[in-house]
Amino acid sequence: MRVLKTMIRQPSALFGLFIVVLVMGLAIAAPLIAPYSPNEQMFDGLTLEGAPMPPGAQFLLGTDTLGRDLLSRLLYGARTSLVIGLVANGIAVSIGLLIGILAGYVRGLFGNLLMRFTDLMMAFPALLLAIVLAALLRPSLWIVAMVIALVNWVQVARIVYTETRGLVERDFILAERALGAGHLRILFHHILPHLMPTAIVWGTLGIATTVLLEATLSFLGIGVQPPQPSWGNIIFESQSYFQAAPWLVFIPGAVILLTALSFNLVGDALRDILDPTQRGRG
Amino acid sequence: MIPASVLAVDKLCVDARTPEGLRRVIDDVSFSLTAGETLCIAGESGSGKSVTSLAIMGLLPKTSLQIASGSIALEGRELSRLPNRAMRSVRGGDIAMVFQEPMTSLNPVMSIGAQLTEAIREHQGSEGKSADATALRMLDAVHMSEPAKRLKQYPHELSGGMRQRVMIAMALSCRPKVLIADEPTTALDVTVQAQILRLINELKREFGASVVLITHDMGVVAQMADRVIIMQSGRIIEQGEAVPLFGAPRERYTRELLAAVPRLGSCSGTEGPPRKGAQPAQPPAADRQPVLTVQKLDVTYGKATGWLFGKTPPLPVVSDVSFEILPGQTLGLVGESGSGKSTTGKAVLGLLPFKGNVVIDNRNIAGLSQRQMRPVRRCAQMIFQDPYASLDPRMAVGAAIAEPLVIHGLANKGEREDRVADLLRRVGLAPDSASRYPHEFSGGQRQRICIARALALGPKLIVADESVAALDVSVRAHVLDLMLELQETMGLAYLLISHDMAVIEQMSHNVAVMRSGRIVEMGSRRSVFETPRNAYTQALIEAVPVPDPRRRHLV
Repeated sequence: MRVLKTMIRQPSALFGLFIVVLVMGLAIAAPLIAPYSPNEQMFDGLTLEGAPMPPGAQFLLGTDTLGRDLLSRLLYGARTSLVIGLVANGIAVSIGLLIGILAGYVRGLFGNLLMRFTDLMMAFPALLLAIVLAALLRPSLWIVAMVIALVNWVQVARIVYTETRGLVERDFILAERALGAGHLRILFHHILPHLMPTAIVWGTLGIATTVLLEATLSFLGIGVQPPQPSWGNIIFESQSYFQAAPWLVFIPGAVILLTALSFNLVGDALRDILDPTQRGRG
Repeated sequence: MIPASVLAVDKLCVDARTPEGLRRVIDDVSFSLTAGETLCIAGESGSGKSVTSLAIMGLLPKTSLQIASGSIALEGRELSRLPNRAMRSVRGGDIAMVFQEPMTSLNPVMSIGAQLTEAIREHQGSEGKSADATALRMLDAVHMSEPAKRLKQYPHELSGGMRQRVMIAMALSCRPKVLIADEPTTALDVTVQAQILRLINELKREFGASVVLITHDMGVVAQMADRVIIMQSGRIIEQGEAVPLFGAPRERYTRELLAAVPRLGSCSGTEGPPRKGAQPAQPPAADRQPVLTVQKLDVTYGKATGWLFGKTPPLPVVSDVSFEILPGQTLGLVGESGSGKSTTGKAVLGLLPFKGNVVIDNRNIAGLSQRQMRPVRRCAQMIFQDPYASLDPRMAVGAAIAEPLVIHGLANKGEREDRVADLLRRVGLAPDSASRYPHEFSGGQRQRICIARALALGPKLIVADESVAALDVSVRAHVLDLMLELQETMGLAYLLISHDMAVIEQMSHNVAVMRSGRIVEMGSRRSVFETPRNAYTQALIEAVPVPDPRRRHLV
């Protein structure tokens, strides 16, 4: 409750929170709100020349190149993209945290092995890895989410590893050891909370990148399978018509931008609120 | 005739920008400095002594501090309104500064020679060969051994004392009229401190500079100052010649400050530390079991370096250290930095791998695992040097104090809360501080919190590693009193690790002097301090600055 109250007092955080809640609400309520089916290629969805319709009274945000209603596709696409952005990204950050913290705390042979594995993953082109994984497993939304999680944890692991190594050297960890605290207690009560700011920043920054990575995968045919819409593949499908139908790229682009920005604002505010050392300071 | 003043500060006020608006941090400070004089500005942390020096140098961080009013004049030339470019030639040219941390104020990736010649070129316009020659001459002037070799070395290759010599050489290379030294010896060992202070005095005469020495150490003030300024919360409390000021301070604060300064030799003639309670001292406990016995302790850092052939064994940090502590007694472990005293303290609690035997309360901890150590930790606890660093900044104080109880599975939630409130009261803090976080407390309060946490398990032995080194003198005195009182009422044994001879003298029953990882002298407090046998112990005692300007033995 305290978190919510403090957040409401900051205009930028409140704005972010509002957008995040709005987007989530719209995604969940998509079947109720969407004026058309997202996959239906409507007879009157194209002009006589076969070009997509610009935004107007019948189709609020216009139609795409196949005559499908853009608004409906965006609403359904929000479901896909939020799953990718939140779930895939959340898993990636969690894996990164776990690997980084373990490698940083344990060190020795085990820690070294973990970090060399991380380096290996980092050196591997993420797209290539995703293609291999997606080709081996039949592409679906959850597989795509998993693939994205598996290629995105490495940066988090690297940063967390470095931070953990610094934290382990700090006096208060030594003090904990002198009190007789076990490893798990030190790791999860005293090191993990200090890594939360990093995790939050990476988590929120990652939302936009993962949404776009999903789009890239979809473009290559190994992502979410058409006709299922996602914000990313709406942009990718229409990008060659950018000049003739700019709204097809512009509107979903603006939606991704706004959503990512809102998550960042909320994340920023959350980071400050959850940091007790900031309390009582200006 | 009144000697002409070199530097005159008149009604200086400095404001700090805070979220609540401007706040005055320096209020109406005026003083003047005559040629060849040493002026000491003394005060506790937060008194504004460093801000004053930065204001003179024109180095106030613009975003947070600004000069509100007043003037700073160097030989009649107003500095506070000088444009930045002109100020740059004053800095380092007419006024030079030596900082506290010689390691951080030297650039670690530039050689000593390059840094010295840079300063010389900047201000004297001398080039190439002549700048090099000046650099060499300066290193010679600060009594650096093998100056030609040092020019090619980097800061990390030099010891703390040598680095401070380089800083002084740099500051004096342009023959400044005023040398400002901000806590120049605080980070140094006492014996090195004595050398540096002697050097500053000698160079002052040789170069004809005036010195502004900023320090919290009244001993240093007494040894160096012609005149003294005592500051508190941004104001000058008292100002005057050193001898009368020390002899008969006018202001109450000065008296308190001077009274809080631990004086070496103040306990001579007595056996134990002063008693805080009224009850008579316990009878000498010859028959009691020692709470800590250390036999032939060896600690090495790192693994053997080199490969296959020419393998060099790791360097021993502590070797062949043996001692024991009886219940209710204090062993003072004293030595300079790098002597292995902190390492000994950590090894004794099993925080570092070691060889030898350490018996705590009849249990030998050699080779015990973390889990097996746990019961032993209940009777042996540690208090660290920096109370802020040793408290988890993200954990409320109450939770931190309760943590040992949680770890050892003692007491339920309600009992823990009672115990925390109890402990907080015991160390002189309000029980409602439990919900606050470490950064909301002052240094002394934080150390009390650390003490409360160490007491939570009801230990018999506490290892106190430089536990008062980071505190102001008046706060230090209170914390030491608290420790003595706890020892009396709870029968605690302390292993007190410190570089400060006066603290050791005040607190200890027995004293061990360490040097390069070995104990060079050990005995009762009285015998070590009054009749030191070892030359090193004598040198250590000798080097402690006496807070009495009539007894100058250092300069």
